[in-house]
This record gives sequence, structure tokens and C-alpha cells, in this order.
Amino acid sequence: MSSLSSAAARPPLPLRPYLLCAPALVLFAALLLAPLLIIGLLSFHAFDYNLGVQDSWTLHQYLSVFTDDYYYSIFFRTFWISLLTTALCALIGVPEAYILSRMGSPWKSIFLLIVLAPLLISVVVRAFGWSMLLGPEGPLNQLLMLLGFDPVRILYTPTAVVIALVHVMLPFMIIPVWTSLQKIDPALEAAALTLNASPFTAWRRVVLPQIVPGILSGSLIVFGLAASSFAIPGLLGGRRLKMVATVVYDEYLHELNWPLGAAIAIILLLANFAIMLSYNRLLEGFHRKRMGGPV
Amino acid sequence: MNRNSPLALTFHALVILFMLAPLVIVCLVAFTPANTLQVPTTEFSLRWFRHILDFPDFIQSFWNSLYLACLSATLAVALALPAGLAISRFEFPGRGFLNGLFLSPLLVPHLVLGVALLRLFTLIGATGNFGWLVFAHGLIMVPYALRLILAAATGMDRSAEQAAATLGASSVVVFRRITLPMLLPGIAGGWLLAFINSFDELNLSIFVTSPSTVTLPVRMYMYATESIDPMMAAVSAIMVAITAVAMLVLDRVYGLDKVLVGKH
Repeated sequence: MSSLSSAAARPPLPLRPYLLCAPALVLFAALLLAPLLIIGLLSFHAFDYNLGVQDSWTLHQYLSVFTDDYYYSIFFRTFWISLLTTALCALIGVPEAYILSRMGSPWKSIFLLIVLAPLLISVVVRAFGWSMLLGPEGPLNQLLMLLGFDPVRILYTPTAVVIALVHVMLPFMIIPVWTSLQKIDPALEAAALTLNASPFTAWRRVVLPQIVPGILSGSLIVFGLAASSFAIPGLLGGRRLKMVATVVYDEYLHELNWPLGAAIAIILLLANFAIMLSYNRLLEGFHRKRMGGPV
Repeated sequence: MNRNSPLALTFHALVILFMLAPLVIVCLVAFTPANTLQVPTTEFSLRWFRHILDFPDFIQSFWNSLYLACLSATLAVALALPAGLAISRFEFPGRGFLNGLFLSPLLVPHLVLGVALLRLFTLIGATGNFGWLVFAHGLIMVPYALRLILAAATGMDRSAEQAAATLGASSVVVFRRITLPMLLPGIAGGWLLAFINSFDELNLSIFVTSPSTVTLPVRMYMYATESIDPMMAAVSAIMVAITAVAMLVLDRVYGLDKVLVGKH
């Protein structure tokens, strides 16, 4: 009886999933879609350093971002630092994931956790750790002096930013590569070795082709996150070495030029989406080639 | 079992050293008795931990972060649980869109969202309001909670629910006595993951916090751009300790490997 009456009081079945999603949808509409729309509009507003945000519409912010050498150099720097970080993460992360997957039972999961757990530690703490390690009197320079070399100035250079970014992003490369390694049948590699392939050839011809989607996926996550990283360039790049995220922060909170900050943020967002979409295309093409082409 | 060559193991050791070095040095320097950033060798001291107590700003930020993380994780789970059930159990138009939308905070750089929210909060006069900060953090933590709840809900055997319903249990009783307990690892894991991420969040918070609602990572960032002293190491060590405790609990209730690498 009670189950009948409660069933009658419930909304009809087709509406139920929408009602269940409604609370989250309200929050996402109010605090994700609306604000993004608002800064999209804001980026087309004129700005005057004395009068603030104006009512008139203009493309001035976007034109200045694309024509001004200062912003061009920042976008270019962000691009090559992110690209270098991605390449280094692939060069370190792919072999490391492979080595981890070949380890024995207890060590495998222990080391996987050690490599991935820093992901959950605040990026401020990790940036601070690197600023101590790389500082003028830090352990790295002490080691160099002990070995008879001159101390090097790394902190507040692109090198420091790249080193710390690789540290922060490496887990994002290892996770997808590890995941695709788990799907490989180990017998395939063993078969290649039995057929007289050298270990390197077996790896290159049998393992590598199967983990390419994982490497691609990791590369795009790493590139996207590196391009929008804020704390690392902010704390290890110093005042002069700006990246896109730190410039948005400056324009917003120091220069108070909100339309310009909004325009740079919108460009960052669109670039991120473009990367994700091209990744999906790339992956689809990859799968089609593997399905249709010779194995 | 495959074996790694000595060369591979050397490479592996270097990677582990690289991953742990910055965390280890922070925790070591926190115990230095000296005035400068030195790794203590003979003497250890808690003076820099005591020193934090002289900075009420840091204490205030610590509590802000803790409250914010608890409330926003709870909000995220409260929103993600019904949404996750709808997405995992119903086939309806717009399902893919809603799923993508609820996971999208992982794709939108938090900095961009921070910029956007600062503008919105200025327009509606909500800057510096702790409640709106909770909503903002709750929003970006929804994907973390949703992913674990979805994984739990899709992997769940529904015959127990059907059995209970056949035996005359009302749908409320079925949900409370059967569904909820079976989803509990996913819910608790999602809450903890949201808690950790909210507690560490910087890029969004730095835009939408005001002097009275500044969170600990934001306070540390501001402080570190001005000067770096061993007190920063002590605060960092406390952050590492809190995250480590949360990770241990997360490992117990859900499995850290499943959270980090996904289900296999």
C-alpha cells in the first residue's frame, strides 16, 4: 500500500532524470555558463584607464593581444614552455610507466602511488619546494660546488619553470600511458622476443604502437594544463618571466584592465577547447587507421 | 615475470628522486633551527611551527580552507549523487550533454573560471562572501565526486534493490537501506577527493577570495611572492600532513590506486 501511494506521488518516469540533474544544472548555469558568457561580453567592451569599463563595443582588446609585441611574446613563451614540458613528460613518463608495469607485485603499486601521489599535494607547496632546491644556496648548487663547478642561477629562469612544470605534470602523462599498458597482452611482446626481436625492437614494434593513444592523451592534458599554469611561473619565474595565466592575473588585479584580462582568458579557454577537439579528431583517425589498415 | 635491466632501474630511481625531492626538502627545512632555508643536519626545532602562531592571518586562512573544503565537498556530493544516479540509470535526451557539462570544470582552466566568477560576483555584489565561495568551489569539485559516484553506480548489482522492492519496501526505504550503502565507497571517496582538491585549490580562489575569506594556498602564494622563510616550509609541511592523512583515509574507503589510475 505504502509503495503504491509513494509511487503515485513521484514524478512520471520521463521527467525523473531531469529532476535529479536539476540542482546541479542550476548551479552550473549560474556559476559556469553565465559567468563565461559575461566575460565573453566583457572582453568586447572598451576600457579607459581613468574611467574604467565603458559601454561601447570594440575589438580593441583582441587586436592589441594579437598585434602587441608584449602579448605576442608572452603567448609565444607560454607555447614553447608548454611544448617543452610536454616533450619532457613524454620522454620521462613513457619509459617510467613501462618500467613500472614490468615490476613485481608489491613494488609495482607502491611505486605507482609514490609517482602519482604528489598530484594531490598543493601546487604551491611543490613550487615552494623547487624554489628551495634550485635556489642560489640550495642543494643543487651545493652539490655543483662540491663537485668543483660554479654555482648556476636557475631560479627565476625558464629552466626552473620547465623543471617544476615537468614535476607537476608527469603524473598526468604516466596515468594514461599506464592505463593503455594494462590493456596489452604480455604474450605479444614475449612472442616478438621468441621470434628473435631485440628487446628494443620488440618494444618499438609491439608495445609502442599500442600505447600511442595513451601518449597522445597524456600529451594533450599536459599541454593544456601547462599552458594555463599559474603558481609555477608565478613563484619560479619571478617578475619578468610572465606566462599567459600570470598576465591575466596582472591585468585583472594590478592593472585593473578587466576587458583585456577577460579577452586573454577567453583566448586561453578557446585554445584549450581547440586542443581537446583536435585531440578527439586525432584519436578517431588513429583508430580508423588501425581498424582499416594492415596490422 | 619480466625483469627490468639495471639501466631501467637506475632511471626509475632518478624519477622517484625527482618526484619526492621537493616534498622531502620542504618537510625537512620546516624543522630547521636556523633563520635561513637550511636543511637541518644535527639539530631539529619546532620554532617555525610556533612562529606560525604569531601570524593570525595564517591561522584564519587555515580555518577558512578547512571549512571551505568540508562544505564544498559536501555540496559537490549532494549535487553529484542525484545527477550520477540519473546519468547511470536512465536513458534520456540530453544525457550526454549533461554528463559533459558536469565534467567540464576539468577542462575549463580554473583561472579562466576565477576571472569569470570575479566579474559575476562584482556585478551581483557578492565579492568576499564566503557562501558564494563555497558554491564556486562546490561547482569545480562536482566532476571529482561525479566520476567516483558514476563508477560506483554503473558497477552496482541492482538485483538487491529489485529484491527489496519485491518484498514490499518503499522506494525511499530501498534507497536508504540498499542503494545508499552500496554506493557509499563511491560517495565517501568522492567527498574526500573533492575535499583534497578544494583544500589545495589556488587558481580560482586567488581571484574570488577577499581579505577575510583568503584560503591557505592563496595566503601562501601571496606570502611566497614577497619573501621566503622557513615558516613557509612549516606551513607547507602542515599542508602535506593534512593531505597525507586525507589520502590515507581515501585509500582505506575507496583505494587510492583506483582514484588515481581509474578502475581496472
